[in-house]
Amino acid sequence: MPPARRVLLSCVALGSLREKCSGGAAISAQKSIELILARQLASCLAMPVGIVDAEGTLVYYNEQAEEVLDQRFDETGDMKASEWTAFFAVEDLERKPVPVEQWPLVLAYKEQRAVSQIVWLRCRDDAWLNISFTAFPLIGQHGRFEGAMTIFWEI
Amino acid sequence: MRVTLRGTRGSLSSPGPDTVRYGGNTSCVELIGDAGTALVLDAGTGIRQLSGLLPKGLKRIDILLTHLHMDHIQGLGFFGPLHNPAVEVHVWGPASTTQNLSARLKRYLSPPLFPVRVSDLASKPIFHEVPCEDVDIGEFRVASALVCHPGPTVGYRITAPNGRVVTYMPDHEPALGVLKFPSLPRAWTSGAGLAENSDLLIHDSQYTNAEYATRFGWGHSTVEHMLEFAKLAEVRKLVPFHHDPEHSDVTLDRMFEDAIQKAKPAYQVVPGLEGASFEV
Repeated sequence: MPPARRVLLSCVALGSLREKCSGGAAISAQKSIELILARQLASCLAMPVGIVDAEGTLVYYNEQAEEVLDQRFDETGDMKASEWTAFFAVEDLERKPVPVEQWPLVLAYKEQRAVSQIVWLRCRDDAWLNISFTAFPLIGQHGRFEGAMTIFWEI
Repeated sequence: MRVTLRGTRGSLSSPGPDTVRYGGNTSCVELIGDAGTALVLDAGTGIRQLSGLLPKGLKRIDILLTHLHMDHIQGLGFFGPLHNPAVEVHVWGPASTTQNLSARLKRYLSPPLFPVRVSDLASKPIFHEVPCEDVDIGEFRVASALVCHPGPTVGYRITAPNGRVVTYMPDHEPALGVLKFPSLPRAWTSGAGLAENSDLLIHDSQYTNAEYATRFGWGHSTVEHMLEFAKLAEVRKLVPFHHDPEHSDVTLDRMFEDAIQKAKPAYQVVPGLEGASFEV
C-alpha cells in the first residue's frame, strides 16, 4: 500500500475514534489536566517522550525527543495526525515496513492499550535508528480518553 | 450576584486572636444570584453559620464541592438545610476513578467519623458528579474542570445571566513541575481556561515562596504564583483565599502587601477576609 494511502487510512481511523471518546466540559482551548500533567512530567524526564491528544494531534514532544526527531517542538508546534504519521517510516527487526496503523503510538491511541515494540525508525534526516517504542493511552476521570503518550529511545 | 466569604482558611480551622480578621473557618463561599439562586461553594466549617443567614423560604440549595479533602467537607453535617425536608439540596462534586461521589462522601458522613449517615439526612440530598458538561443551576451557568491538586479536584466557573463571571479555585497548584511560572500559554496552564476573563477570581494563596520550596506537590500556590496566574487569565478582580493555618492576620497582611508591591498587578486584589462580600 502506498505511504499516502496508509496515512489516509490512519487518519480516518483516528477521526472515527474521536467521536467515540470525546466528552467533558468544553472550556475555551484549555488542555485537560491529564495532558497538562503529562507534559509537565515529559518536560522533566531524560527520556524522549511524545504526547498526542484525543484528536490524534501530536501536542508535545520533549527536548530528548527533539534530538531523536531532529526537530524542535517550538518550530513545528502541534502536528495533526496526517502530519506526524507522514514524518516517520517504521520497520520491524526483519526490516519489513510496519504499517501506520500498527505503530505502537497509533495502536495505543486507537485501541487504548499499552504497546511496546522494538523497531527501526527513520526520521527526517533519513538515518535509521533502532528504537524501543512504548506507548500507552491516557485515560482520565470518568474513563475519559485524553490521548496517548509514547516513550521512545535508541537502543 | 452577591458573593460572601464564609470560610477562607485552608487545611485546618484556625480560630484565635491572631486570625480574627482573615478568619479561622475553612473554605466556604456563599453566592446568591439576582433572581435568588443560592450556591454554596465548598462545605468547610464556614458553612455552619450559613444555615441562619440564607434567604428565608429558600426551596433549593446547590452545594458545589471542589474536592473531598476534610477542610472542604467538614461542615456538611452541620448545614441546617440538610436536616430540613422542605429544602431540596443538590451536592455537586468529583467522583474518584473507583467510587462515585455519594460513596466517597459516605466515608465521612458515617460512623465512626460522624454519627449521622447520609441516608439519615432529612433533605435527602441529590448527588451530581463533576466535571461534566456545562450545567444550568437556576439562573447560573456552571462550568467545571479538573485542576492540579492531589486527587480529583475541580474549579468552578459561574456565569450570571448578565454575563458576569466568578471563578472559584481554592486549592490549586498550577506551577507544579515547571521551573519558572508561568512559562507556558494559557491553554497549557491548569485552570487558566476556566478562569479567563473572570470578573472575580477566588484563588489559592497558601504559601510564601520559602514555604513552597519544601511543599512541592502539596497542591497549593504561593502568593506570587496566584498573582501570575490571575495575570495570565486576565481576571478583573482577585481574592486570595485558602490561607495557611500557620499564617496570622499580621503575616497575611505582610505577604499580600509585599507581593502586590512587587508584582504591581493591573487588576484589583482584595485579600480574602471571612465575612467579606462582593457584588459582581
